[in-house]
Amino acid sequence: MGLLQPEMGLLFWMCLAFGIVLFVLCKWGFPVIVKSIEERRKYIDSSIEAAQQAEEKLRKITETSQALIESAEAQKQQILRDIAKERERIVSEAKEKAEKEGARIIAEAKRAAEVEREDILRDARNQISTIAIAICERLLRGELADKEKQTKLAERLLDELENNNTGN
Amino acid sequence: MRGVIAKIFLFIFVFSSFAARAEGVDVKEVVLGHIGDSYDWHITTIGEKHISIPLPVIVRGQDGEWHCFSSGHLHHSHNGHEGFIVAHDGPYAGKLVEVLPDGSHYRPLDFSITKTVAGLFINCIVLVCIVLAVARRYRGDTPTTKAKGGFAGMVEVIVVFVLDEVIKPCIGKNWAKFAPFLLTVFFFILVNNLMGLIPIFPAGSNVTGNITITMVLALSSFIAINAFGSKHYWKDIFWPEVPTWLKVPVPLMPVIEFVGIFTKPFSLMIRLFANIMAGHAVILILTCIVFATAEMGAAINASMSVVAVFLAIFMNCLELMVAFLQAFVFTMLTSVFIGFAQMEGEHAEHTEHTEK
Repeated sequence: MGLLQPEMGLLFWMCLAFGIVLFVLCKWGFPVIVKSIEERRKYIDSSIEAAQQAEEKLRKITETSQALIESAEAQKQQILRDIAKERERIVSEAKEKAEKEGARIIAEAKRAAEVEREDILRDARNQISTIAIAICERLLRGELADKEKQTKLAERLLDELENNNTGN
Repeated sequence: MRGVIAKIFLFIFVFSSFAARAEGVDVKEVVLGHIGDSYDWHITTIGEKHISIPLPVIVRGQDGEWHCFSSGHLHHSHNGHEGFIVAHDGPYAGKLVEVLPDGSHYRPLDFSITKTVAGLFINCIVLVCIVLAVARRYRGDTPTTKAKGGFAGMVEVIVVFVLDEVIKPCIGKNWAKFAPFLLTVFFFILVNNLMGLIPIFPAGSNVTGNITITMVLALSSFIAINAFGSKHYWKDIFWPEVPTWLKVPVPLMPVIEFVGIFTKPFSLMIRLFANIMAGHAVILILTCIVFATAEMGAAINASMSVVAVFLAIFMNCLELMVAFLQAFVFTMLTSVFIGFAQMEGEHAEHTEHTEK
């Protein structure tokens, strides 16, 4: 039974050795290691959490930017549509204006031409009448040299006038 | 691989034929001699010559005087040194005794640095060096410091394993208070177990397979469990939640619970001691087969040697596992007991009952 009998000397040395080992390791050994491991673990945990949050945030940002892009796209389309409409409007307006202007110019030109024509006509009539009168004068001057002829003419003219009056 | 196995076989054959010339071996003495304690550190015997490392003997004689001398002197003179001899038989067989003038033996106060004590010291130094060296690499770490590699990383893996698998789940919220103690116990047992498996000096002494060593370890567990016990824990011992007739007038359950306080560490003590001691014994016995069969002829001896060597290899591998397992079990049970002692209130009762 020697194996099962605690030995006094060994007991003393074991208490001493184990006590010292326990003291040294509990003071300078394991607390340092455990603290470091635990802190690192906490840091890793918080890092993972932060990473998750960052991911979430990034996802949200991506969503927002996507929405922004979409709305911008829609706005662009709208603007393009508006521009097209505006352009059409402007073009049609310009066309209309141009037509009006053209018509006005043409009308004005017509009026001017009319006036001119009348002027020219009046002028021509004046000149023609002047010339006619002059010719008549010459004719009359020649005709009126002989008395008979004068009387004949006067009669004929009177007939004519009469005819004219009855005709009217 | 085949070549290696063939070489091992060849070596075993040659060695066993050499061993066959040796005298008959007293297996019991070899095994008990190793498992037990001795005053010098025996390494080997070549022929008649014992090669061993003498260790200091420190004893207090009957006259109250302290004697301190090398154990080498004990062998040189037949009458012992300064009146002290190692008893061969009687109640103090294997121990140092003082021969009184009347021829009777007196067992003095013996604080000798025996083989176990020396092994204990060496293992303690190894353990402290390992842990402090590792701790030094962690000193001044910030949370952002990267994980360690190499040896520190290896120790860290074990520390994290013990922390996460044993200490935290078993103790609960107070784990940080007990973690250094439990880690120390774990690594103390682990280092001593592993050193015990290395067969030659400076390792190889049977430290954790010695009842005194495990007794001190169990005692420290006992203190750790009970010194910090909660009010609920003590109430559960002296006034447990059982029918009243089990408590009054004969305090049956309180007595059982009270005895339980001591049987828990006692089982820790016996378990560790028995496991390690038995492991050493089995490996030694298997090794002794080589020599014990030497007289039975070359054929039997050779074949038995092969069997014995492979069995011993297997046992050594098994003991490697046991070395870790026993450290783990000791730490785990201590943690569980501490966890029980730390529980408070309703939650404690519930958990304890489900445990039972």
